[in-house]
Amino acid sequence: MYPAEFDYHAPTALADALHLLQGHDGTVKVLAGGQSLLPLMKLRLADASTLVDIGRIAELRGIREDGDAVVIGATTTYRDILDSAVVGRRVPLLVDTVRQIGDMQVRSRGTIGGSLAHADPGGDLPATILAVDAQMTAAGSGGTRTIAARDFFTGMLTTSLNEGEVLTSVRLPALDQARTGSAYLKHRHPASGYAVVGVAAIVRLAADGTCQEARVGVTGAGSQAMRAGGVESALQGKALDDATLADAASHAAEGLDLLSDPYASAEFRGHLAQVLTRRALAAAVARARGGPGA
Amino acid sequence: MRQAIHVTVNGAEHGYEVEPRLLLVHFLRDVLGLTGTHIGCDTGQCGACTVLLDGRAVKSCMVLAVQADGAKISTVEGLATKGELHPIQQAFWEKHGLQCGFCTPGVMMATVCLLADNPTPTDEQIREQLEGNLCRCTGYQNIVAAVRTAGERMRASAAAPAGVPAQARAE
Ligand SMILES: Cc1cc2nc3c(=O)[nH]c(=O)nc-3n(C[C@H](O)[C@H](O)[C@H](O)COP(=O)(O)OP(=O)(O)OC[C@H]3O[C@@H](n4cnc5c(N)ncnc54)[C@H](O)[C@@H]3O)c2cc1C
Ligand code: FES
Ligand code: FES
Repeated sequence: MYPAEFDYHAPTALADALHLLQGHDGTVKVLAGGQSLLPLMKLRLADASTLVDIGRIAELRGIREDGDAVVIGATTTYRDILDSAVVGRRVPLLVDTVRQIGDMQVRSRGTIGGSLAHADPGGDLPATILAVDAQMTAAGSGGTRTIAARDFFTGMLTTSLNEGEVLTSVRLPALDQARTGSAYLKHRHPASGYAVVGVAAIVRLAADGTCQEARVGVTGAGSQAMRAGGVESALQGKALDDATLADAASHAAEGLDLLSDPYASAEFRGHLAQVLTRRALAAAVARARGGPGA
Repeated sequence: MRQAIHVTVNGAEHGYEVEPRLLLVHFLRDVLGLTGTHIGCDTGQCGACTVLLDGRAVKSCMVLAVQADGAKISTVEGLATKGELHPIQQAFWEKHGLQCGFCTPGVMMATVCLLADNPTPTDEQIREQLEGNLCRCTGYQNIVAAVRTAGERMRASAAAPAGVPAQARAE
């Protein structure tokens, strides 16, 4: 199998990529790691008259610390993230998530920006990006703008990126603070490896051990990843015993437009969301009690 | 429009003009005649097409040849040196890490990468890192035993094991 014909450009400057994305008729697409786009093009489920490969633009790749945040370039691969001591120390939740994506080969090529721009309902990163309150930066012909994670995912396979816009970087507030713990748990689809349901949880404890703040992102269950607001508010100010966690987790599927397929019914997905939320919260609480960023 | 690419495959340099839609796996098999890299599923699931791209295991059915421009590529044909099996090949033979052999080139290239990353993997880590390689025959038990044996031998032999592709060693 091979894709239909297309023109290919591999600019080394972002400005050139943006220009190419404006300057063509027909379907002009960004190519990053190709781990979603190329299989789709081979199956002729996606087509492009022109591919603009952003993989050779140095400014889009890399990881840097910026005060209380870690900024990751859009074409940084999963593998680069796993190899990064900075990410491991400052945003362990991201490592926890990326470890569970696909397989070694997919992690060699797949990029953080590609995963987010693709917005697969079974993608793992959206849950984590939502839970950490990340900020996306996008560049287009009209300039640069930032988009909060909450406003980024707008539906199945759709984001608030405009035609011709390139996601350039993702800014993740660091989690290596006192009494803070996090965890990502997923139920893997046995064939594809994607998340049937995935839950990212962050818990920050007050000095007295009660819940100061909880943030939970759920992916896979519905047509788009969402924050589980009902879970979060049910934990606020509470002492975090098992009953409280279980009670809060029972809100995990609220507001989700649950998906259904031959492997997992809507009912099963809703159940998984609750179970995984309870377990992810319990793991995050244990780590929060264990020390900073544990 | 065809585009010029330059790649180094198993140490030999090649320059070709290729169609942008040519996949790396077809470039290796059909243009260079290196048919050791197999095509199983063709949809990114099975790992039969695994090669090393700048030292990292990738599925070559999901990489365009033009994306590999300038890269160093290692395929299963590059494992043996001077007619001598690479320790990974030797271990797969001895431990019966293959039956029909269709998945084997991809599994062995993934093994080169996983042992370069972690020379002392546990069986669980071996299974995790080989998640992207499907085998219809062996039941994986003997594949894990072969990888474990290869790792032990490569550690035991001199600091720089002969035959590991240079870029994998540099990783
Ligand atoms: C076998 C297999 C298993 C997988 N398992 C999982 C899994 O368990 N969990 C998971 O989350 N994912 C999984 N994936 C998907 C993988 O994570 C993809 O790498 C990812 O979804 C896309 O990233 P990419 O860099 O490859 O993007 P590409 O495939 O290059 O692009 C994807 C889409 O995003 C657009 N795009 C890419 N980058 C940008 C950008 N910077 N700005 C604007 N638009 C952009 C492209 O135009 C395209 O439409 C799997 C894939 C495979 C093949
Ligand atoms: S042929 Fe490439 S993954 Fe199966
Ligand atoms: S040995 Fe036959 S598929 Fe693995």
